[in-house]
Amino acid sequence: MAWTGQILRVNLTAGTCVAEPLNREWAALYLGQRGLATKYLAAEIDPKIDALSPANKLIMATGPLTGTMASTGGRYSVITKSPLTGAIACSNSGGFIGNEIKMAGWDMIIFEGKSPKPVYLYLENEKAELHDASHLWGKSAWDTDHHLHNEYQDPLLRIACVGRSAEQGCLYAGVINDLHRAAGRSGVGTVMASKNLKAVAVRGTKGVGNVRDMKAFMQATNAAKAVLSGNPVTGEGLPKLGTQVLMNVINEVGAMPTRNMREVQFEGSNRISAEAMLVPRESDGKPNLVTNAACFGCTIACGRISTIDPKHYTIVNRPQYMGANGGLEYEAAWALGSDTGVDDLDALTFANFICNEDGFDPISFGSTVAAAMELYEIGAITLATTGGIEMKFGSAEALTKAAELVAKGEGFGRDLGLGSKRLCEKYGHPDLSMTVKGQEFPAYDPRGIQGMGLAYATSNRGACHLRGYTVSSEILGVPVKTDPLTTDGKPELVKAFQDATAAVDSSGLCVFTTFAWTLEDIAPQVDAACVGGWTPEKMLEMGERIWNLERKFNIDAGLTAADDTLPKRLLKDAAKTGPAKGKVNELHKMLPHYYEIRGWTADGVPTPDTLNRLSV
Amino acid sequence: MRIIVKLYASLAEYLPPEAQSNSFPFEIDAAATPHTVLDLCRVPRARAHLLLINGTYVPPAERDTLALAEGDVLAAWPPVAGG
Repeated sequence: MAWTGQILRVNLTAGTCVAEPLNREWAALYLGQRGLATKYLAAEIDPKIDALSPANKLIMATGPLTGTMASTGGRYSVITKSPLTGAIACSNSGGFIGNEIKMAGWDMIIFEGKSPKPVYLYLENEKAELHDASHLWGKSAWDTDHHLHNEYQDPLLRIACVGRSAEQGCLYAGVINDLHRAAGRSGVGTVMASKNLKAVAVRGTKGVGNVRDMKAFMQATNAAKAVLSGNPVTGEGLPKLGTQVLMNVINEVGAMPTRNMREVQFEGSNRISAEAMLVPRESDGKPNLVTNAACFGCTIACGRISTIDPKHYTIVNRPQYMGANGGLEYEAAWALGSDTGVDDLDALTFANFICNEDGFDPISFGSTVAAAMELYEIGAITLATTGGIEMKFGSAEALTKAAELVAKGEGFGRDLGLGSKRLCEKYGHPDLSMTVKGQEFPAYDPRGIQGMGLAYATSNRGACHLRGYTVSSEILGVPVKTDPLTTDGKPELVKAFQDATAAVDSSGLCVFTTFAWTLEDIAPQVDAACVGGWTPEKMLEMGERIWNLERKFNIDAGLTAADDTLPKRLLKDAAKTGPAKGKVNELHKMLPHYYEIRGWTADGVPTPDTLNRLSV
Repeated sequence: MRIIVKLYASLAEYLPPEAQSNSFPFEIDAAATPHTVLDLCRVPRARAHLLLINGTYVPPAERDTLALAEGDVLAAWPPVAGG
């Protein structure tokens, strides 16, 4: 039983912290983290509530393998109702906060209500206290982390917090942990700030000792680690080049969303790619990439640590940005780069630093800037709107200035903080918003990767690549290669990826392991740690259960099949170049069959039989 | 005839000195296939997991037979992933 069996309920209105036993019946059905926290959330809130009202709850949840010796076992998730989409929000992060919460003796923390004044939670094993955070309010995530470490004089204190963007109501603010990692998507940080909760500071020294069968667990985790180290992707490619290795791949296959998804290939991709991050600069002879980095217990180490060219305009006389910080991952590089038409690697790195420093999602931010650039190009917004910023595609200065404004919630940054959907609606061009359910797209154009169109349209948290990453099969050939330009077989492929991912997201492990692992590798680790007889089949069924629970939450929140769609641009305007030239996304060919194999009605509603079969 | 060859990720070690941004022009004869090109560039066939001609994936079974045309772009990667 790798569960600690204890959850912490923090009532911010009353200022109380109370321990309660984990619901074991639910844990047997939903395992942990994403699945189990969604079950708690769905049981405890009315899905129709305003996401930013005190009635919303926010759950920080670990999985049963979080904090164990399983490779990548440091994950945690933040689950709440999203203010960006109105749907379920579940945002996953690595770093070291998840394992620390677990080692302090907690499976999850449920925050409810709203504090009358800014507070932070201090958690040291069983000691849980709310402290005044007035001195931290108005500070960036980086400054907050610095102040709390100074205050406690404990370098091993692990901190998750929100930056100024969340305080200012940016709808895609995340929760930053360990300075450079983030539960980044869907505005989970915005919800945290709406509760006047600035930070969670954790010190856990208990370890995770309650593994069901330690000998079997050692064997299973060792065998699985050997698979990771022997796989060319997880053993070599990701540590060396990170996720950014995809930049040139996706551009070559003609699925690189460019300039607010008007085009599918970016002429500057090679200047902002993983390969470009290795090229020594003229100024100091050093490359952008300093080193790779690993989260807790990870044997892959895909993280990027970067510096900015010391002569770059963004950091002149700004020493706080001259050191090494969290560098560009592919999703950030794409959104900040090709989608805005900016090919200045240092400007993108700077914008990424700012996103980390003040805690907002670089995908949603970059995509919203891209939408603003198109609005500016057609005259829907002007210099008067932007406060004098020339929001032209390709302008690094516009991008970096916009990042600093969103960080502080100043000027045009307040408009940009609304996200692409609300920005485009405000200025009269809703069709220019490249979103699903109000959340901005990740880095794969669904005209060139057909299955991803269905994955985006049906994702329970809005446009997202981490709910069903069929790119793996359609482009990269993992586990098997499928044709990205056909819709044949894609409903089955999307469903399989969605269910398997939901299972992995509930275990405490990182989804990147699935480039090498299947559920055949994961289930033995979970089974050795937990009671319940966790086979690959049971894991997959649990994933399907989670998917249906999330779907039910969204339907109860008021979403319908009409929300399972893509922007007109992707359904009507054909790709202009590359292998997908002449193609649109053919969602209509996939969606009805997807509903059918899900056991949903033609309107996308899970039938009573489906819900009963899965014990939802 | 002349094609463009692009070698990415760890295949960059096989790039000639004159390559720019992982890309270089390459002269081949009319009978050349993707495997011929890899051999001439000294890229081990087994390492070219992902091989594209003009952005379209070429399955291993076709790499000995597919005819190349003037101006084609051949791009290759070892197994890679991200997201």
